[in-house]
Amino acid sequence: MKNRATRLFAALSMTASLSCLADYQLNLQEPVNDIGRRIYDLHTFLLWICLAIFIVVFGAMFYAIAVHRKDKGHKAANFHESVTVEVVWTIIPILILVVMAYPATKLILQQKDTRGADMTIKVTGYQWKWGYEYMDGEGQGVKFLSRLATPQKQYDGVDNPTPDAKDEHYLLEVDHPLVVPVGKKVRVLTTAGDVIHSFWVPALAVKLDAIPGFIRDTWFEVDKPGIYRGQCTELCGKDHGFMPIVVEAKSEDDYKAWVEKTKKEMTANADDPNKVWTMPDMLARGKQVYEANCAVCHKPDGKGQGAFPALDGSKIAGDPAHKADHIHLVLNGKNAMPAWGKTLSDTEIAAAITYERNSWGNKTGDLVQPADVKAARQ
Amino acid sequence: MTTTTHTPDHAHDDHGHDHAHDHPTGIMRWVTATNHKDIGTLYLWFAFVMFISGGVMALCIRLELFKPGLQFFRPELFNQFTTLHGLIMVFGAIMPAFTGLANWQIPLMVGAPDMAFARMNNWSFWLLPPAALLLMISFVVPGGAAAAGWTLYAPLSTQMGMGMDLTIFAIHIMGISSIMGSINIITTILNMRAPGMTLMRMPMFCWTTLITAYLLIAVMPVLAGAVTMVLTDRHFGTSFFNAAGGGDPILYQHVFWFFGHPEVYIMALPSFGVVSQIIPTFSRKPLFGYHSMVYATSSIAILSFMVWAHHMFVTGLPATAQLFFMYATMIIAVPTGVKVFNWIATMWKGSLSFETPMLFAIGFVSLFTLGGFSGVVLSITPVDVQLHGTYYVVAHFHYVLVAGALFSLFGATYYWLPKWCGNMYDEKMGKFHFWWSMIWFNVTFGPMHFLGLAGMPRRIPDYATQFTEFNQIASIGAFMFGLGQLIFLYNVIRTIRGGVGPAPQRPWEGAHTLEWELPSPAPFHTWEEPPTRELVERLSAEQKLH
Repeated sequence: MKNRATRLFAALSMTASLSCLADYQLNLQEPVNDIGRRIYDLHTFLLWICLAIFIVVFGAMFYAIAVHRKDKGHKAANFHESVTVEVVWTIIPILILVVMAYPATKLILQQKDTRGADMTIKVTGYQWKWGYEYMDGEGQGVKFLSRLATPQKQYDGVDNPTPDAKDEHYLLEVDHPLVVPVGKKVRVLTTAGDVIHSFWVPALAVKLDAIPGFIRDTWFEVDKPGIYRGQCTELCGKDHGFMPIVVEAKSEDDYKAWVEKTKKEMTANADDPNKVWTMPDMLARGKQVYEANCAVCHKPDGKGQGAFPALDGSKIAGDPAHKADHIHLVLNGKNAMPAWGKTLSDTEIAAAITYERNSWGNKTGDLVQPADVKAARQ
Repeated sequence: MTTTTHTPDHAHDDHGHDHAHDHPTGIMRWVTATNHKDIGTLYLWFAFVMFISGGVMALCIRLELFKPGLQFFRPELFNQFTTLHGLIMVFGAIMPAFTGLANWQIPLMVGAPDMAFARMNNWSFWLLPPAALLLMISFVVPGGAAAAGWTLYAPLSTQMGMGMDLTIFAIHIMGISSIMGSINIITTILNMRAPGMTLMRMPMFCWTTLITAYLLIAVMPVLAGAVTMVLTDRHFGTSFFNAAGGGDPILYQHVFWFFGHPEVYIMALPSFGVVSQIIPTFSRKPLFGYHSMVYATSSIAILSFMVWAHHMFVTGLPATAQLFFMYATMIIAVPTGVKVFNWIATMWKGSLSFETPMLFAIGFVSLFTLGGFSGVVLSITPVDVQLHGTYYVVAHFHYVLVAGALFSLFGATYYWLPKWCGNMYDEKMGKFHFWWSMIWFNVTFGPMHFLGLAGMPRRIPDYATQFTEFNQIASIGAFMFGLGQLIFLYNVIRTIRGGVGPAPQRPWEGAHTLEWELPSPAPFHTWEEPPTRELVERLSAEQKLH
């Protein structure tokens, strides 16, 4: 018996020492704003109350199990009701709940109060990425999409049994983070382009559903500079787990500098909607757009998978007679296929369509110009 | 005390005549079953098969989640497993299992010869296998099974392939089955109780079944409405959930959860009833506060209609709505707490013994209470902002549904199996099943609380590396838990075939309800003559019921 106990203890202590290598986080993430701290503290308060109730309730039950047993010779008592007792153990829980409800009520009202915001950002959920648009303040007009930056080679082990090693922020990294200044009340408007998504950053204690066709609002602020990571929190289709949110909080000066830089980049990169493209340029651009947006469903080889049809050899992409249908479909979507007209520019759509119509086995020779796409939007 | 028994072997069966009181043998016995015992048996086996199917899907989920990265299943397929695991466990396992218990036990416990509508009862059961088939087949149709979560939120559900239509059809069929079953239960309990058995003398299991039946009739049509609107949005040009057409996706959530919240009480109340039978028996003491238990159950049922939007705290509800639903949800904890206290008061100063049914009942009280704690935490709206849509919610509802409803079903099976088949189950194996399930259940779902707090969303096939350790623990727990259920199956089958020996009429000395006045096994027809008023009075006095 002593030997067994010693061995068990040794095993447990080894596990305990190994645990420093593992991440066994037990509680909410470290909050970086007032609301987050209040929520953290309220949760701790609730846990203490639960512990107290646990001790009383389970204490009574375990005592009965230990002492009031037939095999210890205990004879059953005869009582079977007591109005007094019932009233007491109805009133006490009600009082406990009132004590919980008071701080909770204050917090709800605080969370809902989006007045007096220093800036407003519109957050749009798409399948499967986020769009951010700065609606006012210095950053007004800054608008970009934010996609998962972890390469597919790291996460997809189904077709490829030897995926690459996972980097530090696996599945929680994006190409363009949402940048905000510290110490400012940021009002967030959420909406969606297709199905319901949900915008959540645990460390900022902000979560709000993004509902297609509707606008909801909430707010957050960040006390200190840093990078805070979150995820979509409402099932939105196959890549629901692959559309993270990264918020980068910068000091006021750094934020201003970022705004300047971003605005310059946006103007530089903006496609001229009237440009007439050559086929080789269009195909090169189209391959980029296709692989960033379309390949996730239709595959890089155009052969599709499961419910997502093949484009290679399809009527809509391979038959010159269906060019207009092709443009219409990409612009407006259908069922699970998003309406790309909402998130991609005329140039990007023209490029992707041109690429699809002239790649793999498709040889239509069609060159779709941004102006054609613009006309089809009417 | 008169009961007529009816032996199934008739000399004149040889002629194959169809006498009014004969019953068919072979497969036709089951296809045309109108006897509540046979129908109960059909429901219970069906539920067990569904439990295994849903369990296999859960193991596929846990297999994929053992390590970060996608190893076995594409995300689309993973979402199908998540969805069908939920639908099958809720509609295929838990609900039919409780209906099977109700079918077996209600007539025995109220002194009725059968359910009120014996033929409709047959349809109530036989609608279920085709519905289950539809759900299973949906995996192999183009586009695969529905993959929008068991909650089928629009507009994601309006986007899916024909697997969604099969699911909608299956839900309609299962809803009709439940409604018919509920009509049967209500009519039987209200009209066919033995003389002397007033409502306030009938067993708690009958009360919880009665109240559950009312809940079902109230909300199954609401679910049918919600999924029909999804169907018409998908195929008939309506825009209930499409803003461009004047609709609102949140309408779906309101309608669904108006069904959905009472639904979880539909799964919980019968488990309360089972536990209310088992604990007094093994405490050798009457149920404490019978009247209070009836009022508490009724309060829970009524309140369950007023809390639905606590599933929608992060959809952007106005502050008034958030406050109202938070308060209403917190209030439900009061009658639920009262029930827990009453069970413990029943045990208090009793003469306790710990056979397998009692172990599961105590396990239920303990773990359902823990699920209640996580429920109260979730009910606090500002905290829910951090926990909604995370693994904390998954932990909460598995504590109340697995450690709650499922454990009570196991307890009920061990408790009543001797009466159903006349043989005693292997007690050592039963205890092993309990402890094995208890331990591995907690290993599986305990860590999920931490995962949710740490920030892991639900319904994802892959996760950030900091969530690895708890996911691994949960996956190991899940496989071990699943393995242990084979012991239950073995024990049940072995018992049916003879077990460790014949069961006495009253295997549990502390049991005082009507079914224990019948032989073990209960004959095919029972209470053809109702129990005498004297018997009912005597049993009521033994249970201290007025």
